[in-house]
Amino acid sequence: MPHFAKPAEGSWTEHYPDLGTDLVNYEDSISPEFYELEREAIFRRTWLNVGRVEQVPRVGSYFTKEIDVLGTSIVVVRSAPDQVRAFHNICRHRGNKLVWNDFPREETSGICRQFTCKYHGWRYGLDGGLTFVQQEGEFFDLDKADFGLVPVECDAWEGFIFVNFDRDNATPLRDYLGEFGRGLEGYPFGELTQVYKYRAEVGSNWKLFVDAFVEFYHAPVLHARQAVSDESQKLQKYGYEALAYQLDGPHGMVSSWGGMSPPKDVDMVKPIEQKLRSGLFGPWDDYLEAEAPPAVNPTRSPVWGMDSFHFFPNFMVLPYFPNWVITYNYWPTSYNSHIFEGALLFVPPRNAFERLQQELTAVTFKEYALQDGNTLEATQTMLESRVVSEFPLNDQEILLRHLHRTARQYVSDHQRRQPSTPVRISAAI
Amino acid sequence: MPTLPPEFADLEPFADWCLGTEAERYARRLSSSMDEMQAFYDAAFPRLEEAYTYLNRFDLHALPEDATHLLWLYYSLINVSFPVEVWRQPRVPDSGAASLAAVVEPAV
Repeated sequence: MPHFAKPAEGSWTEHYPDLGTDLVNYEDSISPEFYELEREAIFRRTWLNVGRVEQVPRVGSYFTKEIDVLGTSIVVVRSAPDQVRAFHNICRHRGNKLVWNDFPREETSGICRQFTCKYHGWRYGLDGGLTFVQQEGEFFDLDKADFGLVPVECDAWEGFIFVNFDRDNATPLRDYLGEFGRGLEGYPFGELTQVYKYRAEVGSNWKLFVDAFVEFYHAPVLHARQAVSDESQKLQKYGYEALAYQLDGPHGMVSSWGGMSPPKDVDMVKPIEQKLRSGLFGPWDDYLEAEAPPAVNPTRSPVWGMDSFHFFPNFMVLPYFPNWVITYNYWPTSYNSHIFEGALLFVPPRNAFERLQQELTAVTFKEYALQDGNTLEATQTMLESRVVSEFPLNDQEILLRHLHRTARQYVSDHQRRQPSTPVRISAAI
Repeated sequence: MPTLPPEFADLEPFADWCLGTEAERYARRLSSSMDEMQAFYDAAFPRLEEAYTYLNRFDLHALPEDATHLLWLYYSLINVSFPVEVWRQPRVPDSGAASLAAVVEPAV
């Protein structure tokens, strides 16, 4: 007996009939050939979130971002008070990485008036234009206008900076983000300037970590011991049901109940949570007053706790209205490894108590994420055994079904556009 | 050894938990025994409310040095609360080789 109403079709999955209800093949997460196709078909053709505008507060503020999946590095810079630009991080003279400190592979950030190459001193303005060539007279017919930094299309949505590596891209960022993007506009993201960021190198395909964070079917089991024991047994007996799932193009969202913020009875939570009035779902007390934008808590449920928006391919936003959000980014480094980035953005605390409340939430986030992270390598290695290749996904795993279907769709569309590309593994998926 | 406000002199034996970064606090937790963490928790947890009440009297961004140490001590208490209240061991169970590095954290 469901606790929350499902669509008239009887299930969330059947509400979106293109998804089907068949077993799902996970070859897309273990095939090096599929990964090679994904790089061009997905990551070179979609808008990718690389940071937030608060990371480039002043003209000349910049940060670099390694984009392993496309074999490049970019530098993102505020070139004017109202403009953020992105460039491939390569000097036009002889290919040195332009912006880096000590270790070329490590990301960096700072503020500058211009970019100067460490190798031969070529300089570029914040708009990417080449402004100075060392011993210019030694070159042959060199027109500086032809040797500016190579731009990458860059735009911002609600303070989130995105880039798009597709030189033929015709889809504006806001259109790409679709109805979830529009429905989140107005969320006070810009107020959330108290930032924690975490990073992990994970031994799994990038999609497996998205999988882990777009279903909560696992939560009462994998995270059982994080709750006090009576509560944990109750949660496992109930299992997990979402308030709602929605799909929009390649993107998806799940809306969740959140009985712990605050809990009905304080004995349901651990002593430290009782004392600090905070936990996994954040501080129990709201500091900001704001009206939820339409995409947040779409069913307007009184027991709502949080939403998880997955913007294809590798960006997630989890609003815990209105005082804090989590974001996730998953950056593939090979078919079976990726870099995970998690950020917690809070309203700045007004005093030590609020600061401690946020610290508890951040520490709790890490405890959960470590549990989530370690299952991924365990899953990856056994998927790679290919002992079993097709898996039953339940109705609470609709977003996984959608993610893997979308990835396969992007790859097959890409192959169709390039008929010369050998169709190596389409039979397997 | 970092000093604490006089009102919290009884917590001085645990002043080596006054650590300014998450990496230091987490490393300290992983290298501590459960007995050490239980002793720290038993001493500091009952004074949590007094500690934040004391700290709330200051501007969070202009804390005296000893008050900053007290705040750091309570960041450590929060970290240690997981082994003590939940795991009964320093590490998250089954977290094996998984790691999650704090690469940005608030200045205060």
